[in-house]
Amino acid sequence: MHVKLPVATLAAATLMASSAMPVVADKASGTLNVAFTKELENVDSYFNSAREGVVLQRAIWDGLIYRDPETNEYIGNLATSWEWIDDTTLEFKLREGVTFHNGEAFNADDVVFTVDFVAKEENGVKTQRNVNWMESAEKIDDYTVRIHLKDKFPAAIEFLSGPVSIYPNEYYAEVGPSGMGLKPVGTGPYKVSEVVPGQHFVLEANENYYDSPKGQPEIAKIDIRTIPDVNTQMAELFSGSLDLIWQVPADQANKLAEMGQFTVANESTMRVGYVQMDAAGRSGDNPFTNKLVRQAVNHAINRQELVDALLQGKSKVVYTPCFPSQFGCVQDVTEYEYDPEKAKALLAEAGYPDGFTVDFYAYRDRQYAEAITSYLNAVGIQTNFNMLQYSALRELNMKGEVPIAFQTWGSYSINDASAMVSQFFKHGSLDNAQDDQVLEWLNVADSSTDPDERIEYYTKALQRISEEAFWAPMFTYNTNYVFKDEVAYTPTPDEVLRFVDMSWK
Amino acid sequence: MLAFILKRLGLALLVAFTVSFISFSLLFLSGDPAAALAGETASGEDVEALRRLYGFDRPMLVQYGEWLFAALRGDFGESYYFKLPVASLIAERLQVTMTLGVCGILFALVTAVPLGVAAAIRPNSLIDRLALFLSVAGQAMPSFWFGLILIVVFAIQLGWLPPSGAESWRHFIMPTIVLGYYAMPAIMRLTRAGMLDVLNSDYIRTARAKGAGETRVLFKHGLRNAIIPVVSLAAVQMGFMLGGSIVVESVFALHGAGYLAWESIARNDLPTVQALILVFSMFYIVFTFLADVMNAWLDPRMRSA
Repeated sequence: MHVKLPVATLAAATLMASSAMPVVADKASGTLNVAFTKELENVDSYFNSAREGVVLQRAIWDGLIYRDPETNEYIGNLATSWEWIDDTTLEFKLREGVTFHNGEAFNADDVVFTVDFVAKEENGVKTQRNVNWMESAEKIDDYTVRIHLKDKFPAAIEFLSGPVSIYPNEYYAEVGPSGMGLKPVGTGPYKVSEVVPGQHFVLEANENYYDSPKGQPEIAKIDIRTIPDVNTQMAELFSGSLDLIWQVPADQANKLAEMGQFTVANESTMRVGYVQMDAAGRSGDNPFTNKLVRQAVNHAINRQELVDALLQGKSKVVYTPCFPSQFGCVQDVTEYEYDPEKAKALLAEAGYPDGFTVDFYAYRDRQYAEAITSYLNAVGIQTNFNMLQYSALRELNMKGEVPIAFQTWGSYSINDASAMVSQFFKHGSLDNAQDDQVLEWLNVADSSTDPDERIEYYTKALQRISEEAFWAPMFTYNTNYVFKDEVAYTPTPDEVLRFVDMSWK
Repeated sequence: MLAFILKRLGLALLVAFTVSFISFSLLFLSGDPAAALAGETASGEDVEALRRLYGFDRPMLVQYGEWLFAALRGDFGESYYFKLPVASLIAERLQVTMTLGVCGILFALVTAVPLGVAAAIRPNSLIDRLALFLSVAGQAMPSFWFGLILIVVFAIQLGWLPPSGAESWRHFIMPTIVLGYYAMPAIMRLTRAGMLDVLNSDYIRTARAKGAGETRVLFKHGLRNAIIPVVSLAAVQMGFMLGGSIVVESVFALHGAGYLAWESIARNDLPTVQALILVFSMFYIVFTFLADVMNAWLDPRMRSA
């Protein structure tokens, strides 16, 4: 009897063999199959804070302004022109003849509705910083609209070309954020034909797309599935059911490149990794209140080696608390070369000839954080390594209980230094420097409408931050895009996957 | 029997309540829900605004009471993350997990019980060694690795099965095997041990002596007695599979309730985690109860307990 036992398994195997998997994804079918790693909470771009959300936002909706990702030049999109009426009022002339995916015509009412809705804090827009600088909008006529700012905010143009997209007023008033998330309607190059929350999104080219600077969509259909495991994504790529994956770790990307069947493109992202130190002594008396110790930390870490060995690709060493392409992120600051002997000497001068022991925190990229602690250990700073969930570390940080930590910041792809340096050095709950001088200069830089004056004051602030060694900025991140050879795409340095720029070879 | 069921029901409610309170407290202590909700790109001020908006600044007991009161009326609230009603979110994801769980346990039983019986009939034979090998391998292999090996062989090399997803029954074959295989060793070893025990007992010798056929001896007299602990084990394994298929769901991109629970914990999505934990603990309670009933049916001696 026992001989018959494996029959069930064999039968199952035969059954499997009888139906071979049809390969659905290719150029012929006109569908580009893409994987997301993370479950996106809501397609409504004002109600998610995920990178995946930005990708869909750029495909489905349009903003008033467009920033060319290559030249960083601002071009009209839903607006044809704009001007500052005064320091806190922007006037836009709107494009005529544009319709939303549901047929609703685009005009000033849509802009007014969208701005008024998102600017109200109680409507709960998730990324408040993207919208909370706006007060309200005012219709002048059907195709002229004014946006009133709460305060002077020169980065307005950058935000209007990025996260602020215009929604159809009648539809949005009716369905709200959850309805918009399930059946999104915009003016963008792609319209949404299917949403299974968090799991599956299908986009179709908008054939009536107006003459936008984004260009016309070439790929007819984009099918996006959420596959949490990178190995599974690679298996799908090998078996032919995916055409493009992104955010592929460096070691995997290197192997994929060697196979020769795929294009592996590496591009920088705006994310900056840095070591934060409690210079203000919020966590109590600690060694980092001493400038010499902070300088020692800066000298102790071999940034170039981290980039070469771990991050690879287009990552670069940085010395500024902002991403180099950001407006105002001047690079003319103190550069601390790798010099462990100097670090030890500085520690000794600060009164720690034998070093000290401190709690070190991190929330992502454990291997980078551990490499950093090993450099610190080498000069005598012993670390108790704590890896926390993001939200837990955030909470500790806001309470000011973190002496030193490896942190990162992606600036939400906003190409303006205020999106990073001003987040952390203006005495907010995440400011571990609490420096009055830096605050004063950043206030001028953030609110001046004169670009030269902004540069001048960012320079002052950034130079003081690096001189005082409040942080030890480390490196910029990069990401790998892997796609089939029949896909033509050149990624941009802002980590936004642009379907409209993709085509079949 | 009624008293037995009522007592069981009371216990179940108490367990569910305790579990929900503990999970709420743990989640609350593990991290700031407002920070998780605001996401990585939010500033400290955004987080404060969200904290006020959702009322996270109030005492934990007040928030728990509020949740409990709504839950008792069948209202599990809205997921902080997905902004969708938790009940419908879970209902949708449970379909995948239940399908997988049922298939997994059936696969485990269908393969493990016969193997266990066969191993017991011929101890130390080739089939026994094979069964032992399978069970050791099953215990030793992490399921994510086994899953990937199956994907490499059946999806990439042979191209017979789709690597991931949940669109058709063919998508469930590999996940079923991986999930079921994990439960197999225990069931098989228990069946083998039980059968060995039973086959050496006096009444089996009596049955053989009175001339009963070998099949009748093995199945009517032998397996029916040996299977009792296996039923309890399978019920527990079933509960485990429904709540613990996280890894399998993640490897095969199945988006079931297990993966949802895992992700919701990381996202501090309190309403979703609370409802899921309630559902999972109910599964354990229901399956343990079912196991008791089945055991009572299989073994009249247990009916009085």
